[in-house]
Amino acid sequence: MELTAFITVIISMVFVNNFILSKFLGLCPFLGVSKKTSSAVSMGAAVIFVMTLSGAITWLVYRFILVPLDITYLRTITFILVIASFVQFVEMVILKKSPVLYRALGIYLPLITTNCAVLGVTVLNIDNFFKGAQAVPYSFLLSVTQSFFAGVGFTLALLLMSGIREKLQLNDTPKAFQGVAIAFVIASLMSLAFMGFQGFRF
Amino acid sequence: MKLIREFTKGLFKQNPIFVIALGLCPALAVSTTMENALGMGAAATFVLVSSNIIVSAIRNIIPQKIRIPCFIVVIASFVTIVELLMAAYLPALAKSLGIFVPLIVVNCIILGRAEAFASKHKVLPSIMDGLGMGLGFTLALALVAAIREGLGSGKIFDVVVIKGYEPATMMVLAPGALLTLGILIAVTNLIKKRKA
Repeated sequence: MELTAFITVIISMVFVNNFILSKFLGLCPFLGVSKKTSSAVSMGAAVIFVMTLSGAITWLVYRFILVPLDITYLRTITFILVIASFVQFVEMVILKKSPVLYRALGIYLPLITTNCAVLGVTVLNIDNFFKGAQAVPYSFLLSVTQSFFAGVGFTLALLLMSGIREKLQLNDTPKAFQGVAIAFVIASLMSLAFMGFQGFRF
Repeated sequence: MKLIREFTKGLFKQNPIFVIALGLCPALAVSTTMENALGMGAAATFVLVSSNIIVSAIRNIIPQKIRIPCFIVVIASFVTIVELLMAAYLPALAKSLGIFVPLIVVNCIILGRAEAFASKHKVLPSIMDGLGMGLGFTLALALVAAIREGLGSGKIFDVVVIKGYEPATMMVLAPGALLTLGILIAVTNLIKKRKA
């Protein structure tokens, strides 16, 4: 019973409700960093990391600070502050501990704060796994799973897109469509393909 | 005269969606119907104007280094106000916009205008800038929504646009949004090239 709930969340986040292609969350980095496969991988890794941990932290903050104090209406403002300071903190730790990793992820970290996918997944966790102020069973684990696989879905779409865009550079695109415009048309076709997963039911 | 120019630049010349390509996520997600598009546009315009006023009023007090977190707190406060007002007076709209209401916080247009304009200008020009950019955003949203709703369900605001038209459901779904925006940006590019 519980296992099915987890599997449903995983399939839904990676394929059926892919954050980029069906929910339109995180479009800016999707268009910005999808020109090269190598940078797409780094960005994806950074997003998965930040998303999973912010999902966990915001759940704990909501459950043990906002709910007991009855100030759940401050959710948005609290979450964005938690995410922003967490990203800043991670950046400082990586810079101190591993300059190599910093060189790979460094420039992407500040971008993640304003990535709506991160705030989106934390808000979605609360909407999905809380009934009123009451946490559903396995709520914490479900939230972390949802955050992690939302990041995986994001990375998958980013990788596919970067592969296509690398090939696209060799093609003769009409002048008006060069750049962002053709990227949107490609994304539209990809999203059409991903709609094929919609029939999945458990 | 200068104030009018601050207002009109957001409408066409620097339209946030088509020209600067900011704030795309809400533009695509809520443009399924005209009603949602106008609701989102109004909410974003309110937050944009209010945050521009506050940011430009306190621009000399905020230390340079922590200005971004300060802007985010100001913006998030106004978004919370909108969230609560909408849930109280327009529950149906709040429900269909869903998580995109709290996500106005990370709408790049709002932080972008606070950083690029309001933190360097006086209050009055900042209000005009916010109004212009907000209206430009709303117009762009309405245009995308009109195309998607018109082709996807054959009617806009429950008024039949094309008689005997078989609706193409794809246009209301995710792929239609991306396709519409891609083509609209290409059209914008074409117009820019003609003028140059």
